[in-house]
Amino acid sequence: MDFADAIQILDSALRLATPLLLACLAGLFSERAGIFDIGLEGKLLASAFFSAAAAFATGSAWIGLAAGIGASCVLALVHGVASITFRGNQLISGVAINFLASGMTVVIGEAWFALGGRTPQLEGPARFGSVDLPFAAALADVPVLGPIYAEILSGHSILVYLALGTVPLTWWILFRTRFGLRLRAVGENPAAVDTAGVSVVGLRYAAVMIAGVLCGIGGVYLATALSAGFVKEMSAGRGFIALAALIFAKWRPWYALGACFLFGLLEALGNRYQNIDIAGFDVPTQFMQALPYILTVVILAGFVGKAIPPRAGGEPYVKER
Amino acid sequence: MTGPGGTDAAEPLAIELRGISKAFGPVQANKDIDIRVRRGTIHGIIGENGAGKSTLMSILYGFYRADAGEILIGGRRVEIADSQAAIDAGIGMVFQHFKLVPNFTVLENVILGAEDGALLRPSLAKARRLLTDLAHEYEMDVDPDAVVEDLGVGQQQRVEILKALYREADILILDEPTGVLTPAEADHLFRILKGLRDQGKTIILITHKLREIMEVTDSVSVMRRGEMTATVSTAETSPEQLAELMVGRKVLLQVDKAPATPGDVILEVRDLHVVDDQGVERLKGISFDIRAGEVLGLAGVAGNGQSELLEVLGGYEKATGTIRMKGRPIDVTGTASDARTRRARGIAHVPEDRQREGLIMDFHAWENVAFGYHHDAMFGRGVLMDQAAMRADCAAKMERFDVRPPDPSLAAKNFSGGNQQKIVLAREIERDPDLLLIGQPTRGVDIGAIEFIHEQIVALRDRGKAILLVSVELDEIMALSDRIAVMFDGRIMGERLASETDQGELGMLMAGMTGAEAAE
Repeated sequence: MDFADAIQILDSALRLATPLLLACLAGLFSERAGIFDIGLEGKLLASAFFSAAAAFATGSAWIGLAAGIGASCVLALVHGVASITFRGNQLISGVAINFLASGMTVVIGEAWFALGGRTPQLEGPARFGSVDLPFAAALADVPVLGPIYAEILSGHSILVYLALGTVPLTWWILFRTRFGLRLRAVGENPAAVDTAGVSVVGLRYAAVMIAGVLCGIGGVYLATALSAGFVKEMSAGRGFIALAALIFAKWRPWYALGACFLFGLLEALGNRYQNIDIAGFDVPTQFMQALPYILTVVILAGFVGKAIPPRAGGEPYVKER
Repeated sequence: MTGPGGTDAAEPLAIELRGISKAFGPVQANKDIDIRVRRGTIHGIIGENGAGKSTLMSILYGFYRADAGEILIGGRRVEIADSQAAIDAGIGMVFQHFKLVPNFTVLENVILGAEDGALLRPSLAKARRLLTDLAHEYEMDVDPDAVVEDLGVGQQQRVEILKALYREADILILDEPTGVLTPAEADHLFRILKGLRDQGKTIILITHKLREIMEVTDSVSVMRRGEMTATVSTAETSPEQLAELMVGRKVLLQVDKAPATPGDVILEVRDLHVVDDQGVERLKGISFDIRAGEVLGLAGVAGNGQSELLEVLGGYEKATGTIRMKGRPIDVTGTASDARTRRARGIAHVPEDRQREGLIMDFHAWENVAFGYHHDAMFGRGVLMDQAAMRADCAAKMERFDVRPPDPSLAAKNFSGGNQQKIVLAREIERDPDLLLIGQPTRGVDIGAIEFIHEQIVALRDRGKAILLVSVELDEIMALSDRIAVMFDGRIMGERLASETDQGELGMLMAGMTGAEAAE
């Protein structure tokens, strides 16, 4: 593997980490407020489908973005109503959303486009194209740093930069604002928030809806930037991988960036080296491609240290004395 | 100036409740309650469990809406629809179970919900200044940057009080504030409360401990079955009178017992160690004896290893060390260590948490009375249970222990706390054990039932049985025990004869001071 290969793999890793990062930060907001969200997968998928459909119909990626966020927010609202207002089981609500999205996207896709659940190929302005960062071309020839800037950082879709920008923004909101303080409090001890005269329900809805928006952007990125259209089950477990990354990241925004990049890197490696030869042993393609999923299992099994989730996570808040 | 009610203008009222009523379904929790609390006083509200104290305070703090009646704060009628409205009206509440975010700092907990703007930095700076001032004023030293879960309960309670003061509360309500405190911490709390009162704050203290009412309040209201039965000036009443007002009949506050006549050693515990799942050592070498015909009281603030000790002796927690029952060893480490073998060896156990460990709340009383002894030949053969025998047995025990209502088919959850405890006691005592382990015998039990339970414990002792009594209520330990051992941080700090010690000395031991230090 030479320098050019490494640059290419890192470039690809960043691309692949983006939807994970958005979903992971979505989960972070939701779970920090005490609402478990295993419906990330379903929200990614629904957003991918509706963004692709809208982008195809209108020819505008931006309208696709709005449609994707809208679809994801509708599902987020369903999750909110089920788990906050009706104090239902958050895991079951999440599972239901995943099933709903999985079935609905294919059924509606077939009804609208009759392409076996796909949407038609998106072209031109219906996709989010790549954006060159300033001076990328000029700096490309600077040794080492030039290619890193021009090849790895520059030339991605606007959504990648949006996702990267969300990381410090999330950190700032959580740890420097009143809203963040209350959000973290409601995930740890909602009774403390309630007795302080702040609405637990309002905060949790806010968190769940922020998750809807971020997850929506993730889904839009899948269908209109990473690919050129919707394909059945295209989220491919990324919502669950994002949850694993969230645990790995101990519910912290900067760690989430690192964890998601690691998963992106594994996926990029799997794609780049279909067949790899280690000391005369031929590692099968399937193994390489399964790497992110294997890491997920390892993380969820708790092999990477104890992560303490928000204490009130998963529990509906019932006022009591 | 004379108000429309013709009240004495020289005594402005901080809170006045008029005709407050609240029903939950058919249960009338509050019936036409009137209270008048003067500004700058400490007012006690006392009553048995279920008397309606907590409901009343929840109405004041906006958790429930009253069905009828009105609330006046500082002479002005207010609607308290939610906690925010209560805070705006100047009411601060310190709950029995603290409402703190455990992994936040003291400062963050104090400002939560009362931030000055969208950004935290200015609020935190302001809270830091204010906290320093308050700490000086009321001797409430708390490190503003400490994480709350690292603080002791006494300090956490101070954070709750600071929270209320930060919100400029004029009226502070404390619900059973001393339940988790050592006597010394409770004294400190009372000093703080008196200081606050002298600054013109009004304090409402809800408690079931008569001693606290007598010690710290200026006036006291008594509640019974949802009604306010009396409001009296503390100086003009006595514990006996208050107890009578609470229960509705004369109550014996002192336990009547003859001196103990200890016999042979029944239980011998040597060097018991327990390490929990997190690797924390909960028992650090416990040794003691209990003789026939004596009550050994185990005092201590909750969470110092008493629960673990009871679990080991009861057979559902493993330990290292030795236990001998009437001279023969009992397995505490291996597979033969379980509750059933303990029972077979004559050890009966009334667990601390009767709702979780003592009873199955959804099961009938007769099933609960048979539990643990359901293998007994009198309850059936082989895999079959003799239900009729179980019901008859239960009915007989219910009668002897005055369980009300005496209905074996009623689910455990439908009995009051005192009657639930009588069911557990009947099950364990009627087996005529050689040793009775009894944890928090009267937690959540009303005064009438407490009297009965205490009589039963003394009667068992007088029949020559050994009793290990674990309680966080020092008064109860003092009243029932012949010898008293004090636990602190997994160790026994000292042992005293009940006749030769006092609250002060035991309080020092409970706070972790050794016998020599406590003697000074």
